[in-house]
Amino acid sequence: MSTVEDYVARIEETCGEEKGVIVTFKYIKRDEAIAKIRDKAQLKNSLSGIIFEFAFRGISFRVFSSGKAIFRGINKEALHDILAALLL
Amino acid sequence: MIEAIKDFYENHNANVHRAVHTLSQEATELHENAREKIAQFINAKDSAEIIFTRGTTDAINVVAYSWGLRNLKKGDEVLLSLMEHHSNIVPWELISKINGLAIKYAKVNNDGTLNYEDFESKFSSKTKIACLSHVSNVSGVINDVKRIAKVAHEHGALMLVDGAQSVPHMSVDIRDLNMDFLAFSGHKMLGPTGIGVLYGKKELFEKMEPFQGGGEMIKDVSFSQKREGCDITWNDPPWKFEAGTPDVCGGIALMEAIKYLERIGMTEVLKHEKLLTEYAVKRMQECSKVKLYGPRNLSSKCGIIPFTVEGSSSHDVALFFDTYGIMIRSGFHCAQPLHQVLKLQSSARASFYIYNTREEIDRFIEVLKEIEQD
Repeated sequence: MSTVEDYVARIEETCGEEKGVIVTFKYIKRDEAIAKIRDKAQLKNSLSGIIFEFAFRGISFRVFSSGKAIFRGINKEALHDILAALLL
Repeated sequence: MIEAIKDFYENHNANVHRAVHTLSQEATELHENAREKIAQFINAKDSAEIIFTRGTTDAINVVAYSWGLRNLKKGDEVLLSLMEHHSNIVPWELISKINGLAIKYAKVNNDGTLNYEDFESKFSSKTKIACLSHVSNVSGVINDVKRIAKVAHEHGALMLVDGAQSVPHMSVDIRDLNMDFLAFSGHKMLGPTGIGVLYGKKELFEKMEPFQGGGEMIKDVSFSQKREGCDITWNDPPWKFEAGTPDVCGGIALMEAIKYLERIGMTEVLKHEKLLTEYAVKRMQECSKVKLYGPRNLSSKCGIIPFTVEGSSSHDVALFFDTYGIMIRSGFHCAQPLHQVLKLQSSARASFYIYNTREEIDRFIEVLKEIEQD
C-alpha cells in the first residue's frame, strides 16, 4: 500500500513573511504525483505549462513542472492530510 | 579543485601532524602549504594567522566563544550592523545571554547602504569589538571596512569582518584594511563545502584561549598525582584552535581554488562581476513588475541583485526559474533584520560569479518576463 512518503522526497518550510511549505516530489514519482493532483484538484490557472495553480479542500497551491509544489497558510500536519488525499 | 580532492584521497590520504609515516608527512605538508597559500592570498604576515574552520559561521563562532566569552563582561558592548547575516548576529546574541554584554546595531539606509554616521556614533569606551560584513549577502553593497576599522581602533576596539561575500569576489588585503579578524568560506570561492578560514592577528591568537578541546590543540596533557587532575599546555596558534582531525582535503582543495582564482586575477573577477551586474540591472529595468533593491550607484556593489516581482512571492519566482535550470535564492537569505529595514517580506536574489555570461543574463531576463505575465 502506497504512502505519502513514497511520493515525497522532502517537505521544507520557507522563510519570509509569506510563510509557505515547499514539497519536493521524488524524481521518479513526480510525473505520477502531478497527474494524480491534476485528477483530484481543481485547476484554477496555468502558466506556460510550468506552473499549475490548484484548489483542493479550500486550499490553494501551486505545482511546478520541476516536481515541486508550494502550499501557503497550512502547517505540516494538515499538509500531510491534504497530500494523502491527493496522492493516495 | 576536484582533481586535487581525487589526488589527495588516492595518493596522500592520512591524518596530519600525528604520525611519522610517509602518507602522514605528505598530508601534513599539503595541509600546511594550503595554510601558507591562504595567508599569501589575503596578505597575512604569517600562516599562524590562518585557522581552518568549517566555514564563515564557524569562524565567527570561534571569535565569539574563544575571545568574546572570555574577554567581554557585563557593560561591554559589541557593535554590529542591521545588514549582517545571521551568522554575524546569533553568536554574539548567544554569548550576550551568558556574560550579559550589550549589543548595539547600527542603522542601514533605505537603499541598503550602511549608515556610517550612525555606526561611528555608536562607538564608545564600552565598545570592545565591531563586527561588519565586507559585502552584504542581500544587496551586494561593499562596506568601507577600513574606515570602520580605523574608528574601532581609535576607541580601543577590535574589528571583525565577515568576508564571506568579499574574499571570493575581490582582492582583500587584510594588512591594508587593518582587520583584526576576517572570516570566509571555501564554498563561495570555487572550493568545497565544509571548509572555511578565520584570519586573526597573531598577537590576538596567542592571547586567546581555545574553546574546543581535543587532539592536536595541545602540547602536553599530564596527569598530576598530587591534585588528581590533568595539567594541560596549549599548542601554538593556529593549531591551538583546531581540535580534532581537520578537514585536510578541504584545505588542500581550497588552495587549488585560490590558485585558480589567482590565475584569473581578483581584479578581473570583480571587473567581470561588475560588468554582468551593470548589464543585468539595465535589462531588469525593462521589466515593469520587477522592483530592484540596493544602491543605484553600482560602483559600490558586487554581483548580487535583490528583487521582487509584483504579484509573485520570492519562492514562486525562484521555483519558476528553477524549472528552467536557473538557480536563484529566495526568502530572507539569513538576513531577516535587513529585510525588515527594507520593508520586504522576502526577496529573490540573482547573483553572479566568474562562470556567468551575458547570454545567461539574457536567458534570465526572458524567463523573468514570462514570470511577469503570471
